[in-house]
Amino acid sequence: MILERTVRKYSELAIPTQDGLLYGTCPHPLQCGLGLTIGGGTVFPEVNFTLPPMNMTDATWPEVVAHYDQMAEQILRRAASLATPGIVLEFELLPPMTERPEWGAELTALLKRHLRAYHEKHKLPGALRVTPTDIRDQVKPPLMRSGKPWERLKRSLQLCAESGADILSIESVGGKEIHDQALMFGDIQGVVFALGVLAPRDMSWLWGQISDICNANPGVVSGGDSACGFANTAMQLAHQKMLPEVLAAVVRAMSAVRSLAAFEQGAVGPSKDCAYEGPVIKAITGYPISMEGKSASCAHFSPVGNIAAAMCDLWSNESVQNVRLLSGNAPEVFTELLTYDCRLMNVAASSGGRLQMRDWMTTSDEWLSPQAAVLSPQATIKIAKAIVGADTPYHRTLAAGRAAVEILQSGIDRDLLHISRKEQLWLSRIDEALTTFPVEETTLIGDMEAQYGSLYDKASYGL
Amino acid sequence: MTRSNELYDAVLNGDAKKAHAATQAAIDAGVDPMTLITGSMVPAMDEVGRLFDEEEYFVPELLLAGRAMKSAMVLLRPLMVASGQKLATKVIIGTVKGDLHDIGKNIVASMLEGSGFEVIDLGTDVSPEKFVAAVEEHQPHIVCMSALLTVTMPAMKTTIEAFKSAGVRTQVKVLIGGAPVTTNYCKEIGADGYSENASGAVGLVKSLLAAA
Repeated sequence: MILERTVRKYSELAIPTQDGLLYGTCPHPLQCGLGLTIGGGTVFPEVNFTLPPMNMTDATWPEVVAHYDQMAEQILRRAASLATPGIVLEFELLPPMTERPEWGAELTALLKRHLRAYHEKHKLPGALRVTPTDIRDQVKPPLMRSGKPWERLKRSLQLCAESGADILSIESVGGKEIHDQALMFGDIQGVVFALGVLAPRDMSWLWGQISDICNANPGVVSGGDSACGFANTAMQLAHQKMLPEVLAAVVRAMSAVRSLAAFEQGAVGPSKDCAYEGPVIKAITGYPISMEGKSASCAHFSPVGNIAAAMCDLWSNESVQNVRLLSGNAPEVFTELLTYDCRLMNVAASSGGRLQMRDWMTTSDEWLSPQAAVLSPQATIKIAKAIVGADTPYHRTLAAGRAAVEILQSGIDRDLLHISRKEQLWLSRIDEALTTFPVEETTLIGDMEAQYGSLYDKASYGL
Repeated sequence: MTRSNELYDAVLNGDAKKAHAATQAAIDAGVDPMTLITGSMVPAMDEVGRLFDEEEYFVPELLLAGRAMKSAMVLLRPLMVASGQKLATKVIIGTVKGDLHDIGKNIVASMLEGSGFEVIDLGTDVSPEKFVAAVEEHQPHIVCMSALLTVTMPAMKTTIEAFKSAGVRTQVKVLIGGAPVTTNYCKEIGADGYSENASGAVGLVKSLLAAA
């Protein structure tokens, strides 16, 4: 039986106050996989793992499979030996595994077999999140709704759902062809056009497709997306001093609108680990989220190592290669790290200290970086309220951006957030830019034509 | 050396319209194109580079300056070709086969352009054959390759081997970069240089050319 997709429109917050925005718990806990309940009071590790440097060809495929076999076994063995109360394995397909959907499906089935074995033998609750690569930008301009890349991606999603995935996710790239350039040039209009006009259109269409695939495969959950290609790109460039941190912070807030579109089209969480906009999604939808921070430093820098955990339901390492460390291979080592992170959070919660622990994790990072400042429970509620208070994705994106600017300026005014003169100049520039947008989205689309019209396929966005 | 202050300021401030207008005015006044480049644009870009290195400028300021320089070059290039003057050093750049990540590659390309190089950007998912064909067609001095994924890094080695097979390896210096790439990997595959960031890549290109 194929279930019907529920299309939602969020106009109020599922979690209206910051004191209700806690880690490990949410209004709509999710039962999935093998006896796992996410957001029902306990935070679980979500372990993500990948290959060491190697070619992926027909000849090396057995070696690829052996790596995944080894990683799954070692991760689950370490989890069981540490009495982890539950675990999510995330399998992020590499591009060749999506281009050849059978490869991704084979590994999906392999990983699920391991999860089943540990569930049966050790009573370890678990779930498998599978994340095919969004390969639709292989052609320029990217074709989002047609062509071979989309056909292969759709086939990959279908085969993974049929092969044992419990949760389907993706890091979609609609609008990125504009956003990359706009970000690099600090063009706020271009950023808003990408995040508020193009990306939500693609998200709505793509997540309708993904939710339909999930509904056709009972037990498979429509998870959620990540603005990784947008806001995490900004975060990394800010880390390298290439972009202002304040710009990365405002982009993060605005990116929540496009990520919300997945939930409007039937996603029920957990949203992707690298979606640092997750808390805003949780506040609006009430569905569980995955987050990553200090224990994802194996994959990338972030200035939000503790605060990112403050409202999480799953706690992830982002990605780690299968390389040998002293105590074992890296994926099992990071399983241990995540397990201890979660154990501390869960013991604090069961001892009545959930709010206190959340606030310690928040306070430790909040004003040390603009990007952390927009991630506190208080900031999350402000941004979430701004989003649901506006009507269209375009206006919501502008509202989220303005809310982020207000949060940052307020922190500066209260002598809590200290930023350099050039960062302050950029904050003023962003503030000014956000006040000069046209009221009508169609006007902005027209304004963007000369600069960006050749970079995107209008039909891919229903334009 | 004569300097057009208007052009210098326009490039420094990343104002493409003013750079274009100042260049046209200088051409109309009979100023030699090469004088405009060496007297105004290159010093302005050097100052932009200094401000970036000292973390006074972010990439947007850098790229806007490069865009301003390009808007001036649109006017100057035809004049230089017509008079037989030598154009800028050519650099070919691309993300290797199987890899779709291009933001780092784009930054390097823009910074190289801003430094006066003629950049031929092959885009993403560039096969070794396409790199070889581009080298044969454009005869560049430098080839830059980027990869973000551990599983696409080996394509860098494959591409260098393709250069050898095609007999063009000695014609070009090969630079590599990207998150998983290391100096050791650069040595291992026989590339000529590695940089961990975009500004370092520009410096590396300049030093390799100076040493050639």
